[in-house]
Amino acid sequence: MTSLEKSDILARLQSDILRLQRFKPTVSVVRDFELGDLADAFPNRTFPVGHIHEFLATKTEDMATTGGFIAGLLSLFLKSNGTILWVSSTRKLFPPALKNFAVQPDRFIFLDLANEKDVLWAMHEALKCASLTAVIAELSEVTFTESRRLQLAVEQSQVTGFVLRQSSRKPGTTACVSRWRITSLPSEVIDSLPGIGFPTWRVELLRMRNGHTGTWDIQWKAGSLLPVQRAENFHEQNKKAG
Amino acid sequence: MMAARYVSIWFRHLNTDWFSLRQPSLKAKPFVLRKPSHGRMIVSAVNANAASKGIPIGMTLADARALHPELEIQDDKVDLSDKLLQRLAAWCIRFTPLVAVDAPDGLMLDATGCTHLWGGDAGYLDFIKQKLNERGYDVRLAIAGTAALAWGTARFSTGPLVITEEVWAETFLRLPPEALRLEADVIERLHKLGLHHICQFINMPRASLRRRFGLPFLQRIDMALGRIPEVFNAVQPCEPYQERLPCLEPITTATGIEIALHELLKTLCLRLQQDQKGLRSAILKCYRVDGKMVQVDINTNRPSHHVDHLFKLFVLKLPLIEPALGIELFVLESPRVEAHLPQQEKMWDVLTGTTDALLAELLDRLAGKVGSHTIHRYLPAEHYWPERSLRTAATLEENPSHEWRSDKPRPLQLLQHPEPIQVTAPIPDYPPMLFVYAGKVHKIAKADGPERIEQEWWLQQGEHRDYYRVEDEEGQRYWLFRLGHYDDKTYQWFIHGFFA
Repeated sequence: MTSLEKSDILARLQSDILRLQRFKPTVSVVRDFELGDLADAFPNRTFPVGHIHEFLATKTEDMATTGGFIAGLLSLFLKSNGTILWVSSTRKLFPPALKNFAVQPDRFIFLDLANEKDVLWAMHEALKCASLTAVIAELSEVTFTESRRLQLAVEQSQVTGFVLRQSSRKPGTTACVSRWRITSLPSEVIDSLPGIGFPTWRVELLRMRNGHTGTWDIQWKAGSLLPVQRAENFHEQNKKAG
Repeated sequence: MMAARYVSIWFRHLNTDWFSLRQPSLKAKPFVLRKPSHGRMIVSAVNANAASKGIPIGMTLADARALHPELEIQDDKVDLSDKLLQRLAAWCIRFTPLVAVDAPDGLMLDATGCTHLWGGDAGYLDFIKQKLNERGYDVRLAIAGTAALAWGTARFSTGPLVITEEVWAETFLRLPPEALRLEADVIERLHKLGLHHICQFINMPRASLRRRFGLPFLQRIDMALGRIPEVFNAVQPCEPYQERLPCLEPITTATGIEIALHELLKTLCLRLQQDQKGLRSAILKCYRVDGKMVQVDINTNRPSHHVDHLFKLFVLKLPLIEPALGIELFVLESPRVEAHLPQQEKMWDVLTGTTDALLAELLDRLAGKVGSHTIHRYLPAEHYWPERSLRTAATLEENPSHEWRSDKPRPLQLLQHPEPIQVTAPIPDYPPMLFVYAGKVHKIAKADGPERIEQEWWLQQGEHRDYYRVEDEEGQRYWLFRLGHYDDKTYQWFIHGFFA
């Protein structure tokens, strides 16, 4: 048996296991290549749609960066007519800014509720509706049982759920498929021009079922999420190219 | 065409019955109500006992007291009979959808096509009479082919009260002229002429009757004969899309209510579907044994005749229904109905858009629980002022009239109200060097701006804002602005948003 055959068999077995774990094989909704290194962390090199993802934030600033990152992700797999539901009890999101992340703000439906209990209920209801592309909920706390229920809801509908948790407490265990933390990084100065550069974030993937964890520096540039090329590397590359 | 049937209910002692219900001791005594009239007190209502002792309505109270010193007297209430009749009319809706108040002492029911549910005319009358007697009212009812005949029969006939095709002529001819609802002076004149029964003048030439008694007299006769229609003011106008479900046994359980609702929805939706209509709102009315009515309503975002969906919307509201001793009658009606044409299935459209029915149903469900005011969708508005740069979309389908602007960066998180901050700014029109927000000092490393946004004076007066995008040393990006001119010394700094 040659090594090629062996790796073939291994790859097939791996994809079988993933399928059994309800990870759809190559649902190539996301244009993987635009995620670059980030995609290596995902099972099948595909961002797992139809699952619940958890994002941690401690401050309003983090909510902004997390929102930006999610909007960037959505722009990659949001078809021209998909709809997203944003559920919150403390929404500060300013819809026109979504346009900067290549998503149409009018594709979003906002649900501004009185308390977190309603947010959780509404998210659970919404996740069962297959006509939605994604449901984003701002929840400070979510228990394991609750997250499990959310996960069960999406398994039928294949809606992608995002839970944004703004809380300074230590996060407990959840049944979410991944856990992220997006914080802001100083933007890069381009050719010593004054002003602020492209939005730059430190993306920490703290947990990824069937994938890898990792930390990346990502910036939103020209309508896609790109890894930051450090200035020195940038010059080196230029030198090499030149 | 089904033969018309009208039921007239005559409450013989409406007001005194109501007083007796509250004070049962009054029932056995001669009891009258009084009211002032032309500077003296007169008897305005009598109970059965007082009536049998020969006290007529309209007698002065002093006379009545002289005749019967033991008379029980209380003050009449203004508009009491109107209120009672309205309430009783609403209660009578369980017998027919068309009930009219027949002031001052009766109700009129259009029972066309209803009586067979109670085993015919006689059973229908008996049942209503029994129910009203149980409620404590002394009533006399008659059923006839015209409202006028039913009215006259209930009040003046000594014969049968169920007036069928065979007996109507006989009954009608024997009635006194009072049964035609004539003016008092006309009745008096008729009696003076010795015309005590309808049969005595019905065959007289119409021209001479008209000359002597006027046109209304002939109209009254024609109404009784059914030659001209009578105006019927139903207490509740009949909804075209209404379904009723009377129950043999009062319903008290949630399961029972759900079954009833499901049955009603099925029949209503079938009708809607046949008419290519969908409902935008629906009301479930539950008539209880104790005479009260409880109701819940739902609204939908788009016309629907989908039973399961509407059922789900109602289920959220069902806990609000208190069955108390039981519900006798369920009525489901749809006051708002819109055209709902079957849509062609879009087979090629795998990922569907906002126009999707499933989504509309989801939003209905959410709105049913948390209220439709919580659901927002935004469209761009042509304003530079950030708070006004978006407007709420009226519908799910509405498309933006122009593109969202993306040339100017806007923060992803915007504070609803800008919060004042303390800053250190070097020279005019330069971004600040540092600012203090929520007790934390942020040293500014990079900045963009200013972007001046003027007040739209035709909408609101006030100072302009000079916006700066700033990034602190930790890389966090903020949207700050200075309100007013630097020179004025009255300017103030605010934080308004957070960039991603």
